[in-house]
Amino acid sequence: MSKLRIIANGIIKDNPTFILVLGMCPTIGTTTSAINGMGMGLATTFVLILSNVFISLLAKMIPDKVRIPAYIVIIASFVTVLELLMQAYVPDLYAALGLFIPLIVVNCIILGRAEAFANKNTPLDSACDGIGIGLGFTLALTVIGMVRELLGNLSFFGMKLAEGGDGMLAFVLAPGGFIVLGYLMVVFRKLTQKKA
Amino acid sequence: MEYLIIIISAVFVNNIVLAQFLGICPFLGVSNKVSTATGMSAAVVFVITLSTLVTYLIDHYILASLDITFMRTIVFILVIAALVQMVEIILKKISPSLYQALGIFLPLITTNCTVLGVAISVVTKEFTFGGEAHLLNLGETVVYAASSALGFGVAMVLFAGIREQLDLVSVPKAFKGTPIALVTAGILAMAFMGFSGLV
Repeated sequence: MSKLRIIANGIIKDNPTFILVLGMCPTIGTTTSAINGMGMGLATTFVLILSNVFISLLAKMIPDKVRIPAYIVIIASFVTVLELLMQAYVPDLYAALGLFIPLIVVNCIILGRAEAFANKNTPLDSACDGIGIGLGFTLALTVIGMVRELLGNLSFFGMKLAEGGDGMLAFVLAPGGFIVLGYLMVVFRKLTQKKA
Repeated sequence: MEYLIIIISAVFVNNIVLAQFLGICPFLGVSNKVSTATGMSAAVVFVITLSTLVTYLIDHYILASLDITFMRTIVFILVIAALVQMVEIILKKISPSLYQALGIFLPLITTNCTVLGVAISVVTKEFTFGGEAHLLNLGETVVYAASSALGFGVAMVLFAGIREQLDLVSVPKAFKGTPIALVTAGILAMAFMGFSGLV
């Protein structure tokens, strides 16, 4: 498989949000605006690429029986690195995403990719898989955030589109997250099914 | 009285699944039948209460006093993973019937983000339960953890009940499976919004 193909697979065929339905908590919890969604997506991509590369490098050394705890330790270390970096350089985004940054550790996308891809492929391929899946996740979160922000707040990436309007608050709150994700999933399915 | 406020707040007003978006994977994944949803919820209540108690003590007496609280994420996830494993072994030994009922759910719980989420939020977040914002003390922590988990159970069982009925109606093809479940969850979350302002 070519590197480009692996990346494209992650974005479309194996899209973590719309097709694999993994990592739902941050998907709904952080997409109150497009910027937050994108920040969360990129943060997850960072951890995903690094953990994929490291797990693929170490896969032969880790005994099969303890591989899951070993993966979790690797992932948790990168999440801690990310936490410290974000606190230092983007404190506002860190505050907005809050609990969901440490919770990247238990994001099933990352452990899932470690099990399904990284431990049987080369480090370079695993990095590509990390980029692809990460971008697919980022794209999905940004789109969901955009829709919710537009409907709930009448703004686009933080820019107010209509003065004086408030939008439908429910879309920024919990119910909107579930409903927007449900409908977008239908749209994504329709689009990708036609292509195939 | 204060404990009552914590319970109502955690179960209904700030429901962990429908208002805080934690534990959505099991919420969507194992909510096809009421019986499995009940089993999963029972296991979650058990594990969350126990693990939050342990991580709270570790945070206060080890991490905080050594000034290495940035190690929280790694330490907590390891403690939770080890604890789940231990609960599984002990349960197998002392109560085979309970193990039969909860056994298959226990391994799934390590990656259930409610467990780590509650453990981290009780040591980092300030709560206002009918008073000034403050970090929780040990008693409040245990009550908060148990009632958060109970909130997960309530949402889970309600949702499984709805999904059992949903199986009987015909749904447009593109909506089958997860999409319709998400829309349903959205409407359930809307219902839970009615509780806001209660506490």
